Amino acid sequence: MAEVLVLVDHVDGEVKKSTFELLTAARSLGEASAVVVGAPGTAGKVKDALASYGAAKVYAAESDDATGYLVTPKVDALATVAGQASPAAVLVSATAEGKEVSGRLAIRLGGAVLVDAVGVNADGSVDQSIFGGAFSVKSKAAKGTPVVSVRPGAVEAEQADGAAAEETVALPAADPAKSAKVTGVEPVVGGDRPELTEASIVVSGGRGVGSAEKFDVVEKLADSLGAAVGASRAAVDSGYYPAQFQVGQTGKTVSPQLYVALGISGAIQHRAGMQTSKTIVAVNKDAEAPIFEIADFGVVGDLFAVAPQLTDEVAKRKG
Amino acid sequence: MTNIVVLVKQVPDTYSERKLNESDHTLDRESADAVIDEINERAVEEALKIKEAGEGEVTVLCVGPDRATDAIRKALSMGADKAVHVSDEALQGSDMVATAKVIAGALGKVDGYDLVIAGNEASDGRGGAIPAMLAEILGVPQLTHARELSLDGTTLKVDRETEDGVTHLEASLPAVVSVTEKINEPRYPSFKGIMAAKKKPVETVTVADLGVDAGELGLAGAAATVLEVAPKPPRAAGERVDDDGDGGTKVAEYLVGQKLI
Repeated sequence: MAEVLVLVDHVDGEVKKSTFELLTAARSLGEASAVVVGAPGTAGKVKDALASYGAAKVYAAESDDATGYLVTPKVDALATVAGQASPAAVLVSATAEGKEVSGRLAIRLGGAVLVDAVGVNADGSVDQSIFGGAFSVKSKAAKGTPVVSVRPGAVEAEQADGAAAEETVALPAADPAKSAKVTGVEPVVGGDRPELTEASIVVSGGRGVGSAEKFDVVEKLADSLGAAVGASRAAVDSGYYPAQFQVGQTGKTVSPQLYVALGISGAIQHRAGMQTSKTIVAVNKDAEAPIFEIADFGVVGDLFAVAPQLTDEVAKRKG
Repeated sequence: MTNIVVLVKQVPDTYSERKLNESDHTLDRESADAVIDEINERAVEEALKIKEAGEGEVTVLCVGPDRATDAIRKALSMGADKAVHVSDEALQGSDMVATAKVIAGALGKVDGYDLVIAGNEASDGRGGAIPAMLAEILGVPQLTHARELSLDGTTLKVDRETEDGVTHLEASLPAVVSVTEKINEPRYPSFKGIMAAKKKPVETVTVADLGVDAGELGLAGAAATVLEVAPKPPRAAGERVDDDGDGGTKVAEYLVGQKLI
């Protein structure tokens, strides 16, 4: 069975959920091999987690340069392993960095880049959802190794036993003339909330929230549901909430199990980022708001009355 | 003098209904209004700021059909100096790999570039990888998803912002940069700028001028092929209630019914 390479997304020795989704998708195509790129010692920390999602092999590409330069060490590692293993496909998460890694790797391997897959099929084709979910597309690589970025949250992660046999990969030294040096990092301080694109529930606030202070009504509901917090472009542009939480055409695309829109009118720009959510609940004062056209359950009313009541109800049910 | 090239793409307006052609699954360019991608205006703005802070020349580079001239003129009217327009029927249906190679080839038409500035992600394809792929082909550093950029001599510093947080980057020119929405507020073209743009030089080139392998271009040459496309059935509106003081409770009941809580 051909190997399928998975680039491991990790922070401080903790593997991101999207990686488990990639390993699950990889197993439908062949034998899942995890590629860990990081500082010396990283593979040892993440090996058990990778084994529990069916990684048969764990390639460890470790060096100090691995975290000292942007994107290229990951491309180097994947290209090196691909050279030895002739994989059936390479899977990465469709994050900002993952998309860049996949694009560069496709150039390096003479392969095909398939972007932002929402499904990976056994025949090697992928499903995509484009124009904000208005079209479903099926595509595949006509030639070369397919390098696929998979949207976080699109594939359900399933546990499986893997041997996680470790193999060391020698990373070439980074060339500063060809790579940007990382001089500092400030990780997102997300607190205890799940990451927006990985969360199974997202609660978003819009212009209707009215101010930055009042956004706590959105946060409180999110926390009761164990959800991530999002914001519409209007709310971000008004300074109510930081831009990294923007959902929409120009922000994040999310497709959680449940999306709760509070005080969001539902402009096409916003819908493009959330309309593939499984269930949509909307609360808006304006009965004509377009968000109600796509909401599975809508409440015409004041979000400052409805959301706190819902927060209490959820808390009650969770006991 | 800093020689800056700004990549510009014409896209279907995100406010109009975007469609794909049924016959070959490519973008239906007739169905939607065509505009310069908003993020490109920020790329042009950043280039103009660098030029205005010192010395430089700003060249607009666009790959697209003839009517993409409108997007090029918009960038020129903001203050860019000249443009290179790669327009060739053979490009229709090209994938990202081919597009990156064509852009890299077209950079050869610009006399000694120092800095390439692009948007971080086009609003239509949302591939978000062309700047990185270009850096790969050119063998220069990528400083992408920049929310802040500073250039001191030939040292470029960028604050990169993604879902992972902020990463501080440094590299020497030549380099490829992509910018995010937060980088700046683009200027509006002045009347004078619009008039001047009509006279600025736009060099139109074809694939044959670029030294790119024609076998990799267009639909036939694409490594990534679309097998089928289908418009999604529109979401139907579900239940809607007025809040009579129990709106929150009703939502909770609905969520319980759907086994979501």
